[in-house]
Amino acid sequence: MAFSLLVWFAVWEVVGRLELVSLLPPFSDVLAAFPEVVSSSTFPEAAWITLQAFLIGMALSFAVGIGVGILMGTSRAIGSLMGMWVNIFESSPLTAIVPALMALLGFGLPTMIVTVFLFSVWVIALDTQVGVERVNPSLVEMGRSFGASRRVLFSQIVLRAALPELLAGIRLGLIRGLKGVVIGQLLIAVLGVGYLFELYSRNFLMPEFWALLIILFAFAFLASEAVAYFERKVSFYASSR
Amino acid sequence: MATSVESHLAVARGDRPGRVAAWAGRPWLLRSASILVVLGLWQWGAWASVNPAFPSCTATLAAFWELLVDGTFAGAYAETAGPLIVGLLLTAIGGVLAGLVMGLSARAEWLGLPLFIVLQASPSAAIVPLITFVYGIGFTAKVFAVVLLSAPVIVLNSYRGIANTPRSLLEMSDAYLASRRQRIWKVIIPAGSGLIFAGLRLGVAQGFTGAVLAELIITPTGVGDLITYYRSVADYPAMFASILSIIVVASVTVTLLQRLELRLFRPELRPA
Amino acid sequence: MSAVQVQQLVKEFDGGIRALDGVTFDVPKGELTSIIGPSGCGKTTTLKVVAGLVEATSGTVEVNGAPVTAPGPDRAFVFQDFALMPWATVLRNAAFGLELRGVPRREREDAAREYVEKVGLSGFEDAYPHQLSGGMRQRVGLARALAVDAEILLMDEPFASVDEQIRRQFQEDLLRLLSDERKTVIFVTHSIEEAVYVSDQIVILTRGPSRVSNVVRPGVDRSGGSDSIRRSQAYLDWVEQIWHDLQGYLER
Repeated sequence: MAFSLLVWFAVWEVVGRLELVSLLPPFSDVLAAFPEVVSSSTFPEAAWITLQAFLIGMALSFAVGIGVGILMGTSRAIGSLMGMWVNIFESSPLTAIVPALMALLGFGLPTMIVTVFLFSVWVIALDTQVGVERVNPSLVEMGRSFGASRRVLFSQIVLRAALPELLAGIRLGLIRGLKGVVIGQLLIAVLGVGYLFELYSRNFLMPEFWALLIILFAFAFLASEAVAYFERKVSFYASSR
Repeated sequence: MATSVESHLAVARGDRPGRVAAWAGRPWLLRSASILVVLGLWQWGAWASVNPAFPSCTATLAAFWELLVDGTFAGAYAETAGPLIVGLLLTAIGGVLAGLVMGLSARAEWLGLPLFIVLQASPSAAIVPLITFVYGIGFTAKVFAVVLLSAPVIVLNSYRGIANTPRSLLEMSDAYLASRRQRIWKVIIPAGSGLIFAGLRLGVAQGFTGAVLAELIITPTGVGDLITYYRSVADYPAMFASILSIIVVASVTVTLLQRLELRLFRPELRPA
Repeated sequence: MSAVQVQQLVKEFDGGIRALDGVTFDVPKGELTSIIGPSGCGKTTTLKVVAGLVEATSGTVEVNGAPVTAPGPDRAFVFQDFALMPWATVLRNAAFGLELRGVPRREREDAAREYVEKVGLSGFEDAYPHQLSGGMRQRVGLARALAVDAEILLMDEPFASVDEQIRRQFQEDLLRLLSDERKTVIFVTHSIEEAVYVSDQIVILTRGPSRVSNVVRPGVDRSGGSDSIRRSQAYLDWVEQIWHDLQGYLER
């Protein structure tokens, strides 16, 4: 089915050649620009800082998101109390917070890390909560009847049973985290790929712009599919829990 | 890409009847207490911090009140609302239609699904600054930003609603001699309406993001402008108050939609 | 006079799975014929071919002499999982067959109301499926099938998803209803007791790829009360015999 994307690329090529939209150069030009973008002097630095922000921010959201999610899933009270906040932030335009972060933390890596964290943590917490809540109580009882310690119960039974939802949350978190790092950089505009986007668009280097965008898109897609792969591997037991 | 987990996650996450019922039904006491605790933490955080850009809770709330009363918010939201509403209407109608067509036609599905899946996963926000080249810095550009961010989720959810009609219902309609049109209008669309509405709700949330992003990047108007302006003059309480306002407005809107969704669709999603 | 004639019915699914391998039987008009057999032997597939919902690979199915190619107004189907529209009331669900035929609202609601009452659900016309128990939902399915006034009723394990206690009551209610309606019924079940209790004729299929192993007429005398029937020697003998037959095929 993904072959239809080839059709879209073909359409892009035609649109570009006919110069229908000034923004869209022929797809072949974009392809040609890939090596240029990647080998430019600014790219490695931009990519590195973006990657750093993304990875550190995501690591934080995994830790906090999964932790909070487990708490919310195990305790009804915590679940509904915190749930209110998590739900509010999960559907809020967090973009609005970025300027505040810039004012508080400056224009650098810390702001980007926090942005990635804030964009992704809520959905991870929510989905972890759902996963934990849905663990079949008889599984837990079974574990206890065999004398499993609290820690073992948790890591071996609860987390494994909740894995499908957890992975779904992680996948969505990754996507949101990447959106966060891009939005953060667009607003900061002096660092990372955000800076590069700004540079290319200012100088109307469209092939380079789209090449960079596609690199990001591809990264997002690969990361998401990687998690989806694991999700599929564990989803076989999702329905029979 | 939609695993069975994801579909029942969509039902469970934030749209849980238990969830909303739990804290909607709870005494206001507990929720207010939770709000007070958070505000208290904020106040303490601001007091303990050396960062001048961290306004205290009280200062922010005071600024909020002022901006509310002197009409600044009203003016700003009037500006922001325009592109937001127009954009959402466009994606609501166009997006649901696109999802419908993709759900009903295998060819449309083949063509459109990978495209929208990619768009959904990608940081399409990166395109927003480019919009100015085509649409300038006016109303249209902002509408485009709203559409860009909200369309994929609406299309994908509508598609899933339509494409996943329970087999049993389809067979039943065939057995009772439904024409193709009857099948679509009397069975497939009603069966999918729950997911379609969920998609619209998610789209509204994304639309808010698009509107804010457009105002922060493309052209300073409305709420985005408030945020940028107050930052430029270092009036942090007012800046934070503006941010708070959009968070509140967006949350309230989405929560209302959630309640509506629950009332309209919940009993009907239970298997017959 | 046969209402339905199935001749050498073969059904092969994608992947080369041959469910039916030359099934042949007749369904006499006005009688209740059950189809039973081991799990997965294609009983439901056979029923769906007769319904016109599934296309045969080869062989013929004729209803009143005319070959079956698609669903038609002469056949009505009752589904194992009820297949009720969760967003519609009991009345609307029951009237759905008529709605699809373009019968005007007043008329179809009156007809549906009549059958909702006949299946014992009067008072529940405005209820929604999620408010009903499994047994009640199936009754709506039955009302829907009866409302279209088709000559032939096709029932796919209709009582499989229903409580055991209610099941017996349903069997009796069904027989009573049918005696009023004069329909030809093809009834798929995996319960031998059920088949012997309700049927005039039982078609026994072998395990897949299936053929007809035997066709029997239990001839249970229903003049006594239902409890006495279920304890009568004839009834028990039939159940025993069919059970034996099936066992033979299970081992092969």
